[in-house]
Amino acid sequence: MAPTLCELCKTTRALIVRPKNHQKLCKSCFISIFETEIHNTITSNSLFFPGERVAIGASGGKDSTVLASVLKTLNERHHYGLNLILLSIDEGIKGYRDDSLKTVKRNAKQYDMPLEIVGYDELYGWTMDQVVEQIGKKGNCTYCGVFRRQALDRGAARLDIKHVVTGHNADDTAETVMMNLLRGDLPRLARATSIVTASAASDIKRSKPLKYAYEKEIVYYALHKGLDYFTTECIYSPEAFRGSARTLIKNLEKVRPSAILDVVKSGEDMARLVPDEVSAAGQGGKDVLVVEGEAYRAGGCGSANGRSSGGEMADTERQLLESEKAQGNETEISHLGQKHDRNCKIPNRTLRKLPKQQMGKCVRCGYLSSQDICKACMLLEGLNKNRPKTQIQVSVDEEDNSSRLTRRMESLKIIPAEQM
Amino acid sequence: MSTQSNEAGMVLLEVEFTGGLELLFSNQRKHKISLPGSDEKGQPATAAFLVRYLCENLMKDTRKEMFVMDGTVRPGILVLINDADWELEGGDLYELKENDNFFFISTLHGG
Ligand SMILES: [Zn+2]
Ligand SMILES: [Zn+2]
Repeated sequence: MAPTLCELCKTTRALIVRPKNHQKLCKSCFISIFETEIHNTITSNSLFFPGERVAIGASGGKDSTVLASVLKTLNERHHYGLNLILLSIDEGIKGYRDDSLKTVKRNAKQYDMPLEIVGYDELYGWTMDQVVEQIGKKGNCTYCGVFRRQALDRGAARLDIKHVVTGHNADDTAETVMMNLLRGDLPRLARATSIVTASAASDIKRSKPLKYAYEKEIVYYALHKGLDYFTTECIYSPEAFRGSARTLIKNLEKVRPSAILDVVKSGEDMARLVPDEVSAAGQGGKDVLVVEGEAYRAGGCGSANGRSSGGEMADTERQLLESEKAQGNETEISHLGQKHDRNCKIPNRTLRKLPKQQMGKCVRCGYLSSQDICKACMLLEGLNKNRPKTQIQVSVDEEDNSSRLTRRMESLKIIPAEQM
Repeated sequence: MSTQSNEAGMVLLEVEFTGGLELLFSNQRKHKISLPGSDEKGQPATAAFLVRYLCENLMKDTRKEMFVMDGTVRPGILVLINDADWELEGGDLYELKENDNFFFISTLHGG
């Protein structure tokens, strides 16, 4: 059988079928069209200005690695005049983050970009290994998500950078649209679909240049460009690919590949119909427990939308909620269930309360917060109370990392589509 | 019997797993395998037969659904046959040839 030729150059063997239009392309035509489309996204949304300093939230995973590579290429090719810096978070997870950070360090050399690493250790006095040692694996993603949200902002602030880009792709966006629709969370639907998110809780802008790029093409790009990326899932987020919305999106793509972009576009159209008051309500309590998509693409929990575990996190969050109520501070708890409220028992009545909130500063750490004490500080208080007891216990870290990984994989289960 | 197999009626292939899939296959990326040139019904061995074969013979992990779903490769796993997306080669129906390279990569891992 003669090889299929590229539909663009008509000379080279086609290696890729584009999911959105079935176009068959050779390697170099694909790379060029992929880059051009990202460039078009950047210019049509005026994402950057000349001379802007931009931090790339870099996890070492495929999305942020492709983002860094493409931005470097486009910055040089089209003279954006950007000053690009890699910003990584060290959650303190042995056998996972220390390995992926090695990838980021290599990327920094490969792309000739400065690298800034902010550690949970230095920011909070706790690594995720220590957190898990204390509270167990259940609910640890909540801590990680809350800490991460602040950590990226603090890292950017430390560098005096006002713009952080993350590697969220079209599949992530489609998944978030689905979840927010199923949940009827209109404020969040609007936020999730916008390519730029500025928030009242932070003066640092977030944007997603890969928002329209298929995960499949991101992987193809990384593969055909020979990019160096890290592929292991977070060891504390064993249910990571269990997210049923993710499975739904992947199944839709299989039946009709254009579905992913169709869902993204529909989400955008619907978001435009959301009245301003409703969107504004969602802009209020930005520092409420957000284990949300915009945070960071680090693989695993708080990063990949909806790929976190089901109801497990709800427990921790309900506890947090209780303590909030005890303080007499009713906050916008609809955020709480952002990606895991299937089993959430919070009554609807409270879910509908969306009080207007004033952003102030956390009295403990100074981070912008709608509460006197921010979420991170609240979680830390609980952790610190019990600290002396746990420090004499044998560390989990002494275990062989590979055996932990193996155990993690053993507990992985996929929910078939029909059971969703 | 497939015309593509060698004298012994076997097809020699190179199979590679990456993107996290290697964890399901003894944490080894590259495998050289030799499998029958025809399937259970005596038809020439296809990519679908290979996937079944890998699942039954190469995959020690018990969670088959991590790799296969509804009789084919799980959505979210890309398959390349000799560097090309397997859709270009007929997907499941592609007939195996001696020395083919099959590359399986998961898109589901990491950000
Ligand atoms: Zn071409
Ligand atoms: Zn605080």
